[in-house]
This record gives sequence, C-alpha cells and structure tokens, in this order.
Amino acid sequence: MRSLPLILTTAAVLGAAAPALAADLTVTVELPRIPVASYHRPYVAVWIERPDQTAVRTLAVWYQQTRNNEGDGKDWLKDIRTWWRKGGRAMTLPADGVSGATRAPGRQTITVPGARLANLPAGQYNIVVEAARELGGREVVRVPFRWGGANTGRVSGTTELGAVSVAVTR
Amino acid sequence: MTRIKTSAALIALVAALAAPLSAQAHRQWILPSSTVLSGADAWVGVDGGISNGVFIADHAAMRLDNISVTAPDGSTVATENPMQAKYRSTFDVHLTQPGTYRIANASSGVNATWVLNGEPGRWRGPASGLAAAIPAGATDVVSAASASRLETFVTLGEPTTTIFTPTGVGIELVPVTHPNDLVVGEAATFQLLRDGQPLAEADVTVARGGTRYRNNPEEMTVKTGADGRFSVTWPEAGMYWVNTAWRAGGPRPEGAPGGGRGGPPVASAQYTAVLEVLP
Repeated sequence: MRSLPLILTTAAVLGAAAPALAADLTVTVELPRIPVASYHRPYVAVWIERPDQTAVRTLAVWYQQTRNNEGDGKDWLKDIRTWWRKGGRAMTLPADGVSGATRAPGRQTITVPGARLANLPAGQYNIVVEAARELGGREVVRVPFRWGGANTGRVSGTTELGAVSVAVTR
Repeated sequence: MTRIKTSAALIALVAALAAPLSAQAHRQWILPSSTVLSGADAWVGVDGGISNGVFIADHAAMRLDNISVTAPDGSTVATENPMQAKYRSTFDVHLTQPGTYRIANASSGVNATWVLNGEPGRWRGPASGLAAAIPAGATDVVSAASASRLETFVTLGEPTTTIFTPTGVGIELVPVTHPNDLVVGEAATFQLLRDGQPLAEADVTVARGGTRYRNNPEEMTVKTGADGRFSVTWPEAGMYWVNTAWRAGGPRPEGAPGGGRGGPPVASAQYTAVLEVLP
C-alpha cells in the first residue's frame, strides 16, 4: 500500500464522469516510490498487443524530452527494450498524444478515447507497460483485456512497477 | 628492408588464415559496446582481440589494418580513435544515419606455390595478381583461394538489410532473422554462403562470452542444412561468437604429415559473426 490516499478508483472516476467525457480505455499505472540515493524517473512505454505478443499500437511513452550534457533523451529509448523492439524503433518521436515527459512516482492515468481506437477489431488483447530506470531495473507487466465490451483487469508489478489497471467502458 | 617487412606480414597473414582451422586455435573476436541504439546519432566503441576465451582480452590484440565499416547507405565510415594495445585493439564508430551498419575485419586472396629451377616459390596476393606473380618456367604450380571474415552489426533506430548483399567471396551471412533483433528464448535463423552458394553441412560453433564466470563453457554446435541455413534458440542473453570454417577436402587431419605451412596451399574460408542477444 503505497502512499496515495486520495486516489479515486478508475471505476469511480468513470462512473462519476458524464458519458460524453468518458474514456473508452483507461490505463492506470502505479510508479512505486523507490528509496534509493540516486533516483531517476523511469522511462515508461504503454502499448496494446495481441495475445501472440505482436504490437498493435503505442498509447504512451514517457522519456526525457530535452538534451543535457549526457545526451538527448531519445538516446536511451532503446532501454525500454521490449517496446523498442516491438514498435518503438519504428515510430517517429515525439508523437502527438503519445509521447511525453517522464512521470513522478504515484498513480498515472492514461485515457484513450474510443475514437482513437476505432480501427481496433473487437477481441482479446493485452495492455503492456514497460518501465526502465537509470541505475535501476526494468520490468514488463501485461494486463489482459477485451475490446468490444465493458471489462476490467489488474496485474501488479514487483520491482519497477506497482499495480497496472485497465478499464474498458464500452 | 621493405622485402623483409613484406615477408613477415605475409607469414603473419598466412598464419592467421591457417590458424583457426587447427584444434588449438585462439579465437579472434570483436566486441561492440552496443548493438541496438536509439536517438539521432550514436557512438559505438569496439574492441578486438585474439584469445582462447571469447571477449576475454588476455592474449593478443587484433590488427586494425583490415577493419571496414559500412553504413546503411553503402558508404564506408572511417573508424575513430583507433589504438592497438597489448591485449586488445579499440576504435570508435560514429553512427550518423539510421539503419544497420556492418563492422568487419575481412580479407581474401590467393596462395600459390611453385618450383622454379629446383627452388620452391611462394606468393600470396589478390586473385587478380596471380597470373603475373608466377614466374615463367615455373612448374608444380598450385594455387588456392582463402578468405576470412569477422564481423558484427549495429543498428541505430530501425534495422535495415541493405548491407547484407553478398559479395560472393568467402563465407558470408545472409539474415533470415535480423542479427540486431535477437532475444533470449527465441529462435533465430541465418543462411551461410560460400562464394555465393549455400554452405551446406557446415558445423557452426556458438559460444557465449563470460566463460570466466562460469565453469561450463556452454558452447553449442549446430549444422547448416542443404540450403546453408542454421537456427539457434538463444539460451541466455549475452554476446555470442558464431563461427564456422571450411577447407577444401575437409578439415586437416590431426598430425597429418605435410599438412603444415610448408605444403601446397589448400583453399579455405572462415567466418565469424559476433551477435548480441538481449533479455
């Protein structure tokens, strides 16, 4: 139980929101607070894959957006290894609505309007979340979900990721 | 003076080409600091050495004379910061365009021997120079081609295949699986060609680095099929040395008389790829 007492559950948020604003796919990613001397926020990628683990599309990728004296943030995208191989290396970044800055520890939410997934055939998929941290480790969490009807899923990571929740609202 | 140097270089080259075919041979390797890279440009540091344990620099440095780096667009890239140390050589490669690069140490040529007025003669050089090199009146002329290739691949961004067009000289690798797309637990398939034709029934040694830190070398041998293809399912992540050698008439028998450097040349080819397998 990590320290974020005032987080509403995904279902509660969706239940309270007006239907017009409801996201059709919501992914909640908990980035654990890791007590080390030299903490760097993780690089994180979130994507949809088929049950055979082929990638469908990237929903989010969080990385250092600037260049510093160690190089450009994109130099380390390859450390999100699985994502890089399955889709990242074919993308042009930054990508609108997908790429963004690294996120702080805590619960982070990605909402994807159904319109963005209009071409996704109904069926069984996984949400994959991969986190890779400088001077730290790497972890991949897969959460099965069904596209084409309301359902939810939740799987917890053990090292670099906390709970990952997926909610499909229609 | 020049002649002495040339001879010494020739002997070294002949020895280098012949050595990997003997059982006790040291292994030549190159070791890139990264093979999968992202960003607008990137640097790769490469070490090269010759030793019993692959990637363990404890015997001899690799000569850098024949290093060539080919960019995805086919252009040649100059190496930077080259240095030959005691046990290893090193250089950098600056990747400035997206795609797959080849870093190779390759050489090929023809060895010839003959007898002229009762005196044996010997020559090594490019195939194009063979006719002119053999003196008029020489008898017992024997010539044989040999080729050696040691290479690795590195990719900035998305892998490309432009550099894999075979030259038709010696043993070459044609990817079925891209060599910068290797992951533990997955099978990878490659095709080997010799002089442009499938290298069938060849034994391929697959050796993972890091042997100093384990007791079992965990080496594997796989055989190519009639189409020259072989497959490997990577048991562990790491850097792998993948080698095969070919010699006309088969491997030299152990301790065979006349099989040393004094005998007539025999056609041979050897190939090594250094491949990184990621977790």
